[in-house]
Amino acid sequence: MTDPLLAPPKKNPQQRSTSPTRPPEMRSRAALGLTAAAAEGRLALQCCSECATWQYPPRDACVACLSNDLPWVDFPPQGQLLAETTVQTSPRLYYRERVPWRIGTVKTDAGPMIIVHIHPDVTPQSAIHLTAHLDRAGQGVLVAMPPQETPNAMDAPLMRELTADPKHRRVLLTDARAENAPAMAKALKDAGAAIIFIGESESWRPYTARAALQEIGVEFMPLDVTDTLSVQTLAGEIGGKTDILINNAQFVRPGGALARGDVGFAQNEMDVNYFGMMRLAQAFGPGMCKRTADEANSAVAWVNLLHIGALANTPEYGAFAASQSAAHSLSQSLRSEFRTAGLRVMNVFSGPTESDWFASLPPPKVLPQSLARDVIKGLQAGVEDVWSGDIAKDVRDRFRRDPKVLERELTFGGDGP
Amino acid sequence: MTTLTDLAASLASGTIRVVDLTHTLDPDFPVIILPPEFGQCARFRMEEVSAYDHRGPAWKWHNISMSEHTGTHFDAPSHWVSGRDVPFGSVDAISPKNFVGPVVVIDCVAQSNANEDYEMVIDDITAWEKQHGTIPNGSWIMMRTDWSKRQGAAYLNMREDGPHSPGPAPEAIKFLIDERDILGFGTETVGTDSGQGSHAVPPYPAHYYLHGAGKFGLQCLSGLDQLPATGAILIAAPLKIKDGTGSPLRVLAMVDNT
Amino acid sequence: MTRRAPASYHGVVLTAPFSTPYQRYSIDTAHHWIARALKGSLDSVGLKKSQLDGFSVSSFTLFPDSAVGLTQHLGLSTRWLDHVPMGGASAGVALRRAARAVQAGDADIVACVAGDTNHIDSFRQLLSSFSRFAMDASYPYGYGGPNANFALLTDHYMNEFGATRTDFGRICVSQRDNALKNPRAVMQKPLTLDQYLKARLIADPIALFDCVMPCAGAESFLVMHEDKALQLGIPFARLTAAIERHNAHADDPMQLRGGWTLDRDTLWEMAGCTPLDIDVMQTYDDYPVIVMMQFEDLGMCEKGEGPTFVRDHDLTINGNFPHNTSGGQLSAGQAGAAGGFIGMVEALRQVTGQASGTQVKDAARALVTGFGMINYDRGLCTSATVLETGVRA
Repeated sequence: MTDPLLAPPKKNPQQRSTSPTRPPEMRSRAALGLTAAAAEGRLALQCCSECATWQYPPRDACVACLSNDLPWVDFPPQGQLLAETTVQTSPRLYYRERVPWRIGTVKTDAGPMIIVHIHPDVTPQSAIHLTAHLDRAGQGVLVAMPPQETPNAMDAPLMRELTADPKHRRVLLTDARAENAPAMAKALKDAGAAIIFIGESESWRPYTARAALQEIGVEFMPLDVTDTLSVQTLAGEIGGKTDILINNAQFVRPGGALARGDVGFAQNEMDVNYFGMMRLAQAFGPGMCKRTADEANSAVAWVNLLHIGALANTPEYGAFAASQSAAHSLSQSLRSEFRTAGLRVMNVFSGPTESDWFASLPPPKVLPQSLARDVIKGLQAGVEDVWSGDIAKDVRDRFRRDPKVLERELTFGGDGP
Repeated sequence: MTTLTDLAASLASGTIRVVDLTHTLDPDFPVIILPPEFGQCARFRMEEVSAYDHRGPAWKWHNISMSEHTGTHFDAPSHWVSGRDVPFGSVDAISPKNFVGPVVVIDCVAQSNANEDYEMVIDDITAWEKQHGTIPNGSWIMMRTDWSKRQGAAYLNMREDGPHSPGPAPEAIKFLIDERDILGFGTETVGTDSGQGSHAVPPYPAHYYLHGAGKFGLQCLSGLDQLPATGAILIAAPLKIKDGTGSPLRVLAMVDNT
Repeated sequence: MTRRAPASYHGVVLTAPFSTPYQRYSIDTAHHWIARALKGSLDSVGLKKSQLDGFSVSSFTLFPDSAVGLTQHLGLSTRWLDHVPMGGASAGVALRRAARAVQAGDADIVACVAGDTNHIDSFRQLLSSFSRFAMDASYPYGYGGPNANFALLTDHYMNEFGATRTDFGRICVSQRDNALKNPRAVMQKPLTLDQYLKARLIADPIALFDCVMPCAGAESFLVMHEDKALQLGIPFARLTAAIERHNAHADDPMQLRGGWTLDRDTLWEMAGCTPLDIDVMQTYDDYPVIVMMQFEDLGMCEKGEGPTFVRDHDLTINGNFPHNTSGGQLSAGQAGAAGGFIGMVEALRQVTGQASGTQVKDAARALVTGFGMINYDRGLCTSATVLETGVRA
């Protein structure tokens, strides 16, 4: 069993932080299917649609029948560890700084032989449970886990590399006024976050949730994502100890372009939802990128809470959805910009929440506690995309089936005159 | 020209002092809060364009943005529905002679300290006049409350039933307009109306009556405690914004120091 | 389905074995090393490069060139050209093809050359672009390179057959003994079994002396018709048998045997002899576990008896089973693709009496085996060749 991870000691200011290096990132196009599934926490391999042969490593033609139709399908995770080694030296800097590193060869019950990372709780030459994770390069990798859960399994150094667990980490939640702030703070506290910084805009304007936040035990910090100076000032203050940034600042009003008649709210939406993310990234990103290998409380993840309208416009909230698309697109840019440092960008898509601004929409709604739970689970699993609530999953599935059909479904008007 | 020459000499010698009545434009300075489904007053915002760096090697400058009604600001008649048809009612059309004038300060500090919803009444005005004489026509009237010394949440003093801060009673404003033909009315709070003014009839009576009568407003003033009850000259020139309903501005007063 | 028996290699001979000195790091290019080896072979038998009409190249570090670019670079005009990117199986495969070209008259004299340079960062760069499956499915896991892959194979072999590190050590120590008699070898210090066992771990059970030393160098030999060699009056060896196989036993969960097992009957039938008739054997020795696998798969012993075989035999030059007499890659060094040639060139020296310090007395028949290209989890290419004395020096 794995020893529980202890809170890291105070940092020695004279010691160089480990450089943010990464495992190999290059992959063939086919292999990115593994990454795509791992990005949402699924284990999938190619399975030939003609002869049902599982393929591994990823291929462009079936090893059994030469078919080119090799869709990615959820893979049965059972297997047996046949052989293993502990790498003690590697020409790759990332591994050189992290050896000894245990890898092995697994014979999966479904067929393919797979070279894997091995969790320390796995017994040599025994049954294993295969999982897929994203590594620090953001690529999908396969891990042999013990067949039954073991205590503190996620505290193992291997898992800390593959996940963004809030345990012992310092988190900045950007908007104390958001209706999800107390639930988020509570969930982070329960997940073992060391400090929860919470951004508070316009301290001259009271809000009811403040007392609840105070009770949970958060550090209120002045922050308004629409105010560049305030973002920069806070980054100057806590940018060097922000391990996870959760951007929950969001401005939403109903209506599309015509319903509103002016661009005022749209500007607010872009200012908070899009420029806010950019301001935070410009101020906090560089510092976080330098600290991605900094001990157990390294900088590890950047979380954006997005509305599912980011994928396909939801006309009742047409202008807001546009700001979500902009934010989503920027998050993809951030992924690329943070990539060399191995800082993960996790997008959490949800449908309408219990916010007043979505009051006119019928259920189901996403409760703040559910959203918070999904955020924590996503960080603990180390995924890139989280779909919170039934509506988000429904839109995701329709989007993947056919984006144009989804657009039509979402933009149907009434029957008209 | 003797008057201006004398003025210049008095300014140089310090016999006449220039007092700044303006808050610093700060992104975190409170603005008026309206119900969220309405459009909101934009906060002051500043984005660096360059700072002697790759974006401009030898110079530093910012782009700024805000509402016409952010920070220490001027309200023109066109700001309110009652003043929509007032001739020359927008900041760019107001005659510049209105931007300089005598200023009268009515001290309501004690009353406001006692009651944060205090409304200045006609009696306060007549009491003042008993001491200083009748308010001259064309004067700026400043309601002094020392509210500008409040900070943070105490400034708007927002509660579930809205903000709580002092302001003029509707009949006092009507009196100043109808009986004293003032130039305008100024406060240390976020508006010319009291915090609870939205619940009056008509809502926001100071705005409604002042601007309907072509009078001006000044709000978010500071330093009124440095002005005499009468005798000072106020300089309050808004930016010349096309069809503008108001403007942030630097409000100055010339005070006889003798 | 019965396989058609391959035609005899009658008339095909190998001559002019040449090895450059090996160098740990080189600032020169693969072109430089290949040219040195080619010149060495030609000079040793008094041929001019204009007399070559066939050329076969094996190299990993020629990029962006291939054999084609080398013809212009080296001023060769040949009517037969080949590029054999098969790593440890290169020599056997290059020879098979050259032999058929000579037999058919497509070429009269073929030079087979393998060589690579080794810059400070070459090995790291070679790894990063080795194969798609490695890039996708093995390097991301610890990035141990071939050390990690062979560690897994070794671990499995040990679990299956009870081999111990001491068994592998016997192979490495005896090869070091041999290397001390080869002035070209990179490793010139003696190695004891104790030192072998105490060496630092690289990827357990693989430790330092299980690994080859990457270096720069090249190896070369000529293939021609026996009549030509007689006419030139030069020493030569006859090719009596050769096999190759790729991606054999794909359904084996892990590699415990190579493609030789599918073709060894053909090999011995062509060679007209049995494993017992071999005077000297040169295996591909990137890691000792593969040496054991070759002993087993070529029929020197039964599957799983590799450990016993090495316990029961003396593998040094003067022993009862002379093996990797030049020191092999483990002690002479691995000069990239030349590592696939080192055994062939040494075997050619042995059966033509040109091995000087490493000469096995009266060696008349040599077996050369090749193994190459860990594409993902196992080596894909295997080859084996039997050479016999034609004319000694």
